[in-house]
Amino acid sequence: MAPKQSASAPVRKAAAKPAKKDFNGGTIAEFNKNDELSAYREMLLIRRFEEKAGQLYGMGFIGGFCHLYIGQEAVVIGMQMAMKEGDQVITGYRDHGHMLATGMTARGVMAELTGRRGGYSKGKGGSMHMFSKEKHFYGGHGIVGAQVSLGTGLGFANKYRGNDNVSIAYFGDGAANQGQVYESFNMANLWKLPVIYVIENNRYAMGTSVARASAQTDFSQRGASFGIPGYQVDGMDVRAVKAAADEAMEHCRSGKGPIILEMLTYRYRGHSMSDPAKYRSKDEVQKMRSEHDPIEQVRARLLEKGWATEDELKAIDKDVRDIVADSADFAQSDPEPDVSELYTDILL
Amino acid sequence: MPINILMPALSPTMEEGTLSKWLKNEGDKVTSGDVIAEIETDKATMEVEAVDEGVIGKLLIAAGTENVKVNTPIAILLQDGESADAVAAAPKADADTPAATSDASGGKARESADEPTAAADSKVPAQPKVDVAADPDIPAGTEMVSTTVREALRDAMAEEMRRDPDVFVMGEEVAEYQGAYKVTQGLLQEFGANRVIDTPITEHGFAGVGVGAAMAGLKPIVEFMTFNFAMQAIDQIINSAAKTLYMSGGQMGAPMVFRGPNGAAARVAAQHSQDYAAWYSHIPGLKVVVPYTAADAKGLLKAAIRDPNPVIFLENEILYGQSFDVPKLDDFVLPIGKARIHRKGKDVTLVSWGIGMTYAVKAVAELEKAGIDVELIDLRTIRPMDLPTVIESVKKTGRLVTIEEGFPQSSVGDFIANSVQREAFDYLDAPVLTIAGKDVPMPYAANLEKLALPNVGEVVQAVKAVCYK
Ligand SMILES: Cc1ncc(C[n+]2csc(CCOP(=O)(O)OP(=O)(O)O)c2C)c(N)n1
Ligand SMILES: [Mg+2]
Repeated sequence: MAPKQSASAPVRKAAAKPAKKDFNGGTIAEFNKNDELSAYREMLLIRRFEEKAGQLYGMGFIGGFCHLYIGQEAVVIGMQMAMKEGDQVITGYRDHGHMLATGMTARGVMAELTGRRGGYSKGKGGSMHMFSKEKHFYGGHGIVGAQVSLGTGLGFANKYRGNDNVSIAYFGDGAANQGQVYESFNMANLWKLPVIYVIENNRYAMGTSVARASAQTDFSQRGASFGIPGYQVDGMDVRAVKAAADEAMEHCRSGKGPIILEMLTYRYRGHSMSDPAKYRSKDEVQKMRSEHDPIEQVRARLLEKGWATEDELKAIDKDVRDIVADSADFAQSDPEPDVSELYTDILL
Repeated sequence: MPINILMPALSPTMEEGTLSKWLKNEGDKVTSGDVIAEIETDKATMEVEAVDEGVIGKLLIAAGTENVKVNTPIAILLQDGESADAVAAAPKADADTPAATSDASGGKARESADEPTAAADSKVPAQPKVDVAADPDIPAGTEMVSTTVREALRDAMAEEMRRDPDVFVMGEEVAEYQGAYKVTQGLLQEFGANRVIDTPITEHGFAGVGVGAAMAGLKPIVEFMTFNFAMQAIDQIINSAAKTLYMSGGQMGAPMVFRGPNGAAARVAAQHSQDYAAWYSHIPGLKVVVPYTAADAKGLLKAAIRDPNPVIFLENEILYGQSFDVPKLDDFVLPIGKARIHRKGKDVTLVSWGIGMTYAVKAVAELEKAGIDVELIDLRTIRPMDLPTVIESVKKTGRLVTIEEGFPQSSVGDFIANSVQREAFDYLDAPVLTIAGKDVPMPYAANLEKLALPNVGEVVQAVKAVCYK
């Protein structure tokens, strides 16, 4: 079982309510040294990137909205570890981590945040709207819930073409209440579309806690009336995410239709840069940070098992910082888009 | 190389703040994410987090210091192996890192928050009060009180809720959070959770619930966090709210208000920056109000709540913090569907509404210097439109320019131009010019965003053009 909304600590055992016996949601994947090291590095890259983005926002280089992913890193990294070439990813506006996870470059993402021509959308999309055809990343969407139908459509395309790729549609606990989510669920199971719905339950939608917005707070069961199996996963433990992702991939690739993974996770920062987060206690945030931090968990295991020394971890940290610093330099020095870009990319 | 920790900005428009408290001392070890200090602006307090790892070598600004400018070094962080002596050597400029701000809230002028902002009011820099020509609907000699548009809207809702128990407010973050933009501030405390209702993020659903409640005779005020999200709900607004009276042969309708910020905020890109005035103005069965001043916001919102029809009430985030004189009257209600002559003039008629008025007002001042006397009309209501006031003015001036932020094709200005050429063709001395936003989705990049929006220069140029100057 994973953390419940009552804020009790995440316990890494079997899933609360497996809808089907053939799924072991909630188990922990066996990670070897390489898995642990690469998970550590990838999660750290997201963490440091987001910290830098927050800093650039404070300096006025990034404008508008900027939603940081700090605290939720294990979700995208665990999912990514189970993906194969051609699997698609789509998400909302809290998207920087998802993009880095797919292998999109820190430079391209950061330059988009600062609205420069070297950004993934040439500076025209900003924090909430980036895409990469090459990395099969389909955005980057600002309208809460819209990506769920779109992600279902990506799954439709896979089925239509007869390939065995899977579409992964990420959305929040707040987004899970939008009507189009359920319209999509129905079609997805009716047509057996290969879609993994990853609900990132970070307990809040802006200032509204899950309990204040949802009649059914077990999001893994939101597909029950459409016959879609769903599982709760400890989204703070990258191994639990990876285990659930592996099984979900197998479910989708073998033609059984869609599946729901509810990731129990937590965002450390405010909803966006301008949120004082008065709706939750500092203790609650501190407890998650100190007891369940996804990166610290891996770090502790690496040291404990003797798979890395403090110095080796420091070297990784330095590498990651260098990548992030380089992206920040680029994002500040790259020119703004040419003014002629105002009228491009509207129609073909 | 030691790192300078800089005073962070809570937002791009914050210039200075108070360093209220240090939570770390010289010699303390810090890692990324540790809270090292607290800073304050007029209303918000925020924690400063360390971004880098190291040991605090020196605190450069004492706790309690006020008016610390953004990007001023506030502390020096020593890296591994560096001693406090290194502090003497000034750190390299490019090693400057402003601390990250956690849970920041604060000051954006043309900056936005589709999101909870703690001190929305504090974040808008004091705006110069705008001079508004006397409204004939306000009795001469009425005492005036300087009020922000945000407060005026809140007061209007509170007064109507006191007056009529059937009026209630629903929307995302309207209750406990006190409104994503603080427009519903205090309403939950006064009226309770039965009448000030936080909804899930389900616009299509709660708009429909609102229409149903209105059909049953209640008077809902449905707040959209922004009108961009009302696109999720537009079917219920148009197919249910706007048409029920007609379809039921007059038996029942939807006496309600759909309100919220409309139009571009700042740097929030294509999906969060749209002006829906033209969209809703297209629909029979709706009234569409777009106030500019705080007085109009108050008087017209009260009228909208009392109106037996569905009213689309388009506010603007950038106007929320602006102050205007609002008459101190027990029950100040303005007529929907009546334009206000903002400034009398004889050379040319300039028509706008809502945020468009900010461009118009500035253009008028510039044109005055150039010797062109503009009559500026604030339409206030887009549907039903007070065309007689516009036409009467055009008959006097012979020239017309309109300005809005929305897209150019099928714009509100197009409708006005068409009506005027039909009703007052013989009086026109020049073609009608309509200024609008550019025919592109809103770009994020700062330079492109600026180009996509209309600007004062374009208005000035158009007015000069129709005056052949
Ligand atoms: C249709 C729509 N309604 C409202 C908003 C404003 N909004 C942006 S994010 C958000 C909260 C979403 O919360 P959740 O789905 O839990 O995702 P999280 O932010 O926690 O990642 C809201 C209400 C929006 N962008 N789109
Ligand atoms: Mg959430």
